[in-house]
Amino acid sequence: MSTRRVVGPFNRVEGDLEITLDIDDGRVAAAYVNSPLYRGFEQILQGKLPADALVLVPRICGICSVAQSAAAALALADAAGATPPPNGRLAANLTLAVENLADHLTHFYLFFMPDFAREEYKSRRWYHGAAQRFRATAGSAPNEVLPARARFMQMMGLLAGKWPHTLAVQPGGSTRPLQSSELFRLQRSLREFRGFLERVTFGARLEDVAAIASRQQLDAWRAQAGGGDLRTFLDIAADLDLWQVGRGSDRFMSYGCYQEQDRRLFPAGLWHGGALPLDIAGISEDTSHAWYAAAGLPQHPAAGSTLPVAAKEGAYSWCKAPRLAGQVVETGALARQVVAGHALARDMVAGSGASVAARVVARLLELALVLPAMEHWLGELAPGQPWCITSQLADETAGVGLVEAARGSLGHWLTVRRGRIHNYQIIAPTTWNFSPRDGAGTPGALEQALAGLPADAAAPLPAIIHHVVRSFDPCMVCTVH
Amino acid sequence: MNLLWLQSGGCGGCTLSWLGSEHGSLFRELAAEGIELLWHPSLSESGVDEARDLIARCADGRTRVDVLCIEGSLLRGPLGSGGFHRFGGGAQPMIDWVRQIAARARHVVAIGSCSAWGGITAAGVNPTDACGLQYDGEAAGGLLGPGFRDAAGLPVINVAGCPPHPDWITETLAMLAHGRLGAAQLDDLGRPRFYADQLVHHGCPRNEYYEFKASASRHSEQGCLMEQLGCKGTQAHADCNQRLWNGEGSCLRGGYACIRCTEPGFEEPGHAFETTPKVAGIPLGLPADMPKAWFIALAALSKSATPQRVRENAHSDHLLRAPTVKRTKR
Repeated sequence: MSTRRVVGPFNRVEGDLEITLDIDDGRVAAAYVNSPLYRGFEQILQGKLPADALVLVPRICGICSVAQSAAAALALADAAGATPPPNGRLAANLTLAVENLADHLTHFYLFFMPDFAREEYKSRRWYHGAAQRFRATAGSAPNEVLPARARFMQMMGLLAGKWPHTLAVQPGGSTRPLQSSELFRLQRSLREFRGFLERVTFGARLEDVAAIASRQQLDAWRAQAGGGDLRTFLDIAADLDLWQVGRGSDRFMSYGCYQEQDRRLFPAGLWHGGALPLDIAGISEDTSHAWYAAAGLPQHPAAGSTLPVAAKEGAYSWCKAPRLAGQVVETGALARQVVAGHALARDMVAGSGASVAARVVARLLELALVLPAMEHWLGELAPGQPWCITSQLADETAGVGLVEAARGSLGHWLTVRRGRIHNYQIIAPTTWNFSPRDGAGTPGALEQALAGLPADAAAPLPAIIHHVVRSFDPCMVCTVH
Repeated sequence: MNLLWLQSGGCGGCTLSWLGSEHGSLFRELAAEGIELLWHPSLSESGVDEARDLIARCADGRTRVDVLCIEGSLLRGPLGSGGFHRFGGGAQPMIDWVRQIAARARHVVAIGSCSAWGGITAAGVNPTDACGLQYDGEAAGGLLGPGFRDAAGLPVINVAGCPPHPDWITETLAMLAHGRLGAAQLDDLGRPRFYADQLVHHGCPRNEYYEFKASASRHSEQGCLMEQLGCKGTQAHADCNQRLWNGEGSCLRGGYACIRCTEPGFEEPGHAFETTPKVAGIPLGLPADMPKAWFIALAALSKSATPQRVRENAHSDHLLRAPTVKRTKR
């Protein structure tokens, strides 16, 4: 006989989150993830002028704001058949990369690590150091990270006017032409941020971190002398066995991102024990356990609808259940790097599958991989060459915009009729990861990852549940939108 | 002074903007001003049961709340139930928690245009019946009603903006902590005057283009964005071009229009955001306090007086002609 326990509000998840746990014999028998906030962006967008989406959609999310802008700009460009000039493409890469890297940093230091300062860990040998370093708001790390993050975000001031919520990212390129002296300022910001990461986060050169090619090499790297917050995390992860908890469906998806001249820095794909083709025509959204009027069978987002209902039998979330060819997939930095073929990422999931530790390491690995690419893109910018083209959108058209936000795959599906938005459907990264059950009763990725973890009907919620939830770097405001 | 921060129908971007504060660590700055975070959903260690317990104590008065900060719109739907946001972990809608705690808090601060007026969440068909704390768009009312006054006699303090600049938030809180924010420091819409008595136009780097009505007609051009590309900087109350964003940014410096995001109703301009509506060639929405006839007369005059340098540069994405170097000695 299991006991039901409703836990919430989860904090440090960018929005509101509640989870219902069925607890049986000291373990989670079943988890039900509820995104308790509905705002209705897909309804708000209907009837709007297509270009106005660029004002509205970034405001879905204050932490993935540029990713939302980028997806909208790509959907509009797709609908118009527009291709930005090289400067526009590079500026879009840089703007998205600044947001994604800042988000990885924010997640690690402000959202994830503070859980190791919990009283529950008082007897661990690492507790004192971790609590002093990572305690929320008071620890030495958050107070060291905020100024470094703000300095890095000065790149947004130059590239995009401000963050969050820019209009600089347009279907035809960037509204912000950069002059040569400004490129030096951007290089300076990157150099400073590289210095911070190498000194504080890694205690090593970015290139050396990026070159770690297996779990074994990672363990060897951890055993070396030297500082860095990654090493502290790896020690904790080893002690708490965070490599063994938090497994989801182990089916990893990435839409790919950072368009370079003839390829993407991280390619699109699907991975399930091996590489599989990614067919986005196979995406559908199931609303059987969400508070929406059911429109028959699960719909592809291009034909999807969003009609909220106040009450519905069997429903427990405002989040729809997206599926790829009917399957649950996981998305995020780990999925992106597994799909892209990074040797460490593939090795981290080869044995016991995705885990809390693998997700966290993959995020930090991306800091080391993307920053050098940004240095390269900055070098390619050509002041004096065009930054933005104008394009004409037909009155009857459609487009798709697929990007990778920090926390995973983000898709926008746009249909235009008579010059107005007829339908606009969005599937955000955490919609995938924190989806409720589908019509077949299959739980979403987090719901699967929570099953079997220790829990008690009355005692304080074990920290391990917090680690698993936050290992996905959830963005709850994006999830439902 | 303690502070409780709750989020509802918004994007969390006000908090993210705040974290971009450029005066050392924001946490240390708050501590130095005597501001203690009771709880913040993105920043605090405690969550779940501990957080629920704390918030219940704030609601029934067992814990004193000096400042209640609300980020995000207040969602009254569906059908007045507030069910579009039940606060995680219980059955009670967020609007009930906000009503209860606001009734006891010494001050209530709306962080951002969503909690001030309804904002973006109230756009379009406003599916969730979203409103602000004390405004529903331009109309006084909102969740707490037009007559709401805090324990010190102030209305809701509206740190409007989408998002607000980090310093607008910190300075408002610091003024409250030091007892320096009274009714005289708020404008007619409850916004702190230290930033709301300015116009976005003040300090705009495109001012020479504005003076001569040398207008950009496409994105990435350097000209003024008012005549063609929807800029409302001459009407929007904020100091965005004096107090810059993320180092040296602002919307105008980023090459795109001010959409007057500090003003109630900005989310429904009645025209495409990035296109200036006109009647007979004259932009609707004149600069603040400018008589229409004078605007037309001056615009006509300045257009005819536009230097060739300004005219050419306005339509380029980089400087084509530099200002003439004037030599004073022969």
